[in-house]
Amino acid sequence: MRVTKNQEWYLSNFQAFEKNLDGDQASPIHKIRKTAISRFVELGFPTIHDEEWKYTDVSPIVERTFKPTFAEAEAARWLLPLTIQAIRRFTLEETGYHRIVFVNGYYSRELSYPHPLAKDVQIGSLATVIEKDPTTLTRYLSVGVGFPSSYEDNGFTALNTAFIRDGAFVYIPDGVIVEVPIHLLFVGIGDSEAASVDKAPPLSQPRNLIITGKNSQVALIESYVSPTHSSYFTNTITEVVIGENSVVDYYKLQYESLEAFHIGTVQVRQGRSSNFSSHSLSFGGKLVRNNITVVFEAEGGECTLNGLYVVADRQHVDNHTMIDHAKPHCTSNELYKGILDGKSRGVFNGKILVRPNAQKTNAHQTNKNLLLSDEALIDTKPQLEIFANDVKCSHGATIGQLEEDPIFYLRSRGVDREMARTILTYAFASDIISRIKLEAVRTDIDRRLLSRFGK
Amino acid sequence: MLKIRDLRVAVEDKEILKGINLEVNAGEVHAIMGPNGSGKSTLAQVLAGRETYQVTSGEVLYEGKDLLKMPPEERAREGIFLAFQYPIEIPGISNSYFLKAALNAIRKHKGLEELDAMEFLTLAKQKLKIVEMDPSFLNRPVNEGFSGGEKKRNEIFQMAILEPKLAILDETDSGLDIDALKIVANGINKLRSKDNAIILVTHYQRLLNYVIPDYVHVLFDGRIIKSGGKELALELEEKGYDWIKEEVETVRS
Ligand SMILES: Nc1ncnc2c1ncn2[C@@H]1O[C@H](COP(=O)(O)OP(=O)(O)OP(=O)(O)O)[C@@H](O)[C@H]1O
Ligand SMILES: [Mg+2]
Repeated sequence: MRVTKNQEWYLSNFQAFEKNLDGDQASPIHKIRKTAISRFVELGFPTIHDEEWKYTDVSPIVERTFKPTFAEAEAARWLLPLTIQAIRRFTLEETGYHRIVFVNGYYSRELSYPHPLAKDVQIGSLATVIEKDPTTLTRYLSVGVGFPSSYEDNGFTALNTAFIRDGAFVYIPDGVIVEVPIHLLFVGIGDSEAASVDKAPPLSQPRNLIITGKNSQVALIESYVSPTHSSYFTNTITEVVIGENSVVDYYKLQYESLEAFHIGTVQVRQGRSSNFSSHSLSFGGKLVRNNITVVFEAEGGECTLNGLYVVADRQHVDNHTMIDHAKPHCTSNELYKGILDGKSRGVFNGKILVRPNAQKTNAHQTNKNLLLSDEALIDTKPQLEIFANDVKCSHGATIGQLEEDPIFYLRSRGVDREMARTILTYAFASDIISRIKLEAVRTDIDRRLLSRFGK
Repeated sequence: MLKIRDLRVAVEDKEILKGINLEVNAGEVHAIMGPNGSGKSTLAQVLAGRETYQVTSGEVLYEGKDLLKMPPEERAREGIFLAFQYPIEIPGISNSYFLKAALNAIRKHKGLEELDAMEFLTLAKQKLKIVEMDPSFLNRPVNEGFSGGEKKRNEIFQMAILEPKLAILDETDSGLDIDALKIVANGINKLRSKDNAIILVTHYQRLLNYVIPDYVHVLFDGRIIKSGGKELALELEEKGYDWIKEEVETVRS
């Protein structure tokens, strides 16, 4: 096996990270980290020869050298100039949301604003759990074989796992309804252009774990933002373990700088009769890959995956979704829409797996794309693998452009061509927007969509 | 207000309008009638600025300005309104958003303050009464899932809000029951004034019982072959178009 310079770089960083850990080296988490780094060194990063990465070439990530952030102190270096004012435009109303902020992957007490919590509810930093209860943690982390977030067959996941140190930890006990939605705000910040000449931009690798008990309910927003126009790399993993009959409304908002790289994996395990809805809204980043995998681990589950990706210039956004109907009587509905302008490129790959015993499965998938320029490109691929016979499954994909008739209709009413295009582009996305239950998020998307294409 | 001189229009090398001459002054109502495919909608769409049609010759002056040089939005801002024969559906955009954007674009052009959401709502509710529609109508997506009659009434509603100087109504009366027809006619009459002009494209003289035209023109095969007063509409209703065709052919030969 040939270990590339790139792998050597991350390995040497791992060794430095290890030294920094002190007592933590004895914890069961550290065993996982060590296995993961070895696996990373074996795997390296994927290439376009891997079926799963055929349309997304990550060589811009491989060619650059990113410095994994691995201590609060180090994160604090980035944090120094960062005030709440600098991230104001990304925060949601304090009175209505718990705000938990991470800077380059590390929890920031200064910028966070948690509300008082009901008994036994935990919302905070994973670092604390690693310190206090690593054994429980290892039970929930699905690092084992068979999960897409396992480090077994994916270099990015292996790298994240090797550096597990902080991220969001949310625990909702049985029967608890969390009334106040939780906003997990991941702030990415690199050096300004001038200062970064000889320094490697940071690599943040938050590891988030969300566990909900029986009959519980929670709404969570993860947003990834850049207060400055800087280059850095986010390699994030979120695991959501949903208890029986509980309801989770999940949002992922990707608003990073056009110089940022983002590889994100969301791994959801649904308990019996649970309900999960996800809204993935991807606007930012230079090169973005969003993976979401939902596994029905028991009967009667329901999941809704909504997605909207809006890119321009030379942005690249790839959405890979996978729904594993492992048990009977589960329902999934998926609608992803893409708006591509400039020379941007989009990828949608939607896999639905219906296992042999998963009878009475209902699975529907739609992907629609709007190309605003002749140079934008989309690769869309539904992938249905159905091994049960008593199921209802459907899928469909479309690629289109704005139509002239409605443009003329608007213009004939006094609206100029640009504004007409903006309105019709917004109209294209409107069904995704109307599915967003949290009003603050909906208003924010409205504003982004109408300003992005306006003027 | 509007002067059309020898207007010739083609689509994909097929000539549709073969030399139209028409003059419309402020305060007048003109009806344009004619068989299917004679070019009525083409004329209406060209006046509104539809780019699919190529104007091969002729000129159109609107308030002394070269209309054909203006983009569609500028025509609208200068006071031209076309009620579409087949109004376009825009899923995902509410009627009120659509109209507020339109009204404010026009107001801005005129140097007037833009209306905020509340002011617009007040105005819209008042104008909805003209077309006898419920305020819930404002929240519905533009024309989506509307019945034929609702679409036509929506065009009149838009006209009532935008208050054009020159309204061109392309078959806004077609397919309406008598109650809806009266509502539409009432909406048109509300706009009628000594400063405004209206062009009604219609197949039926029925509308003209409620909106009495000053002139009636017959458009046939891309030309206006006969013009007259309101009696001409009655005559056409009774006798059809064949007699005019014959009359014209006799004159030509
Ligand atoms: N976009 C187009 N492309 C090709 N042909 C067209 C187009 N628009 C109109 N035509 C043709 O031009 C002719 C006139 O059409 P137009 O719609 O103007 O007639 P009209 O008088 O409005 O008819 P109707 O009474 O049926 O509405 C018809 O032969 C029609 O097929
Ligand atoms: Mg017509």
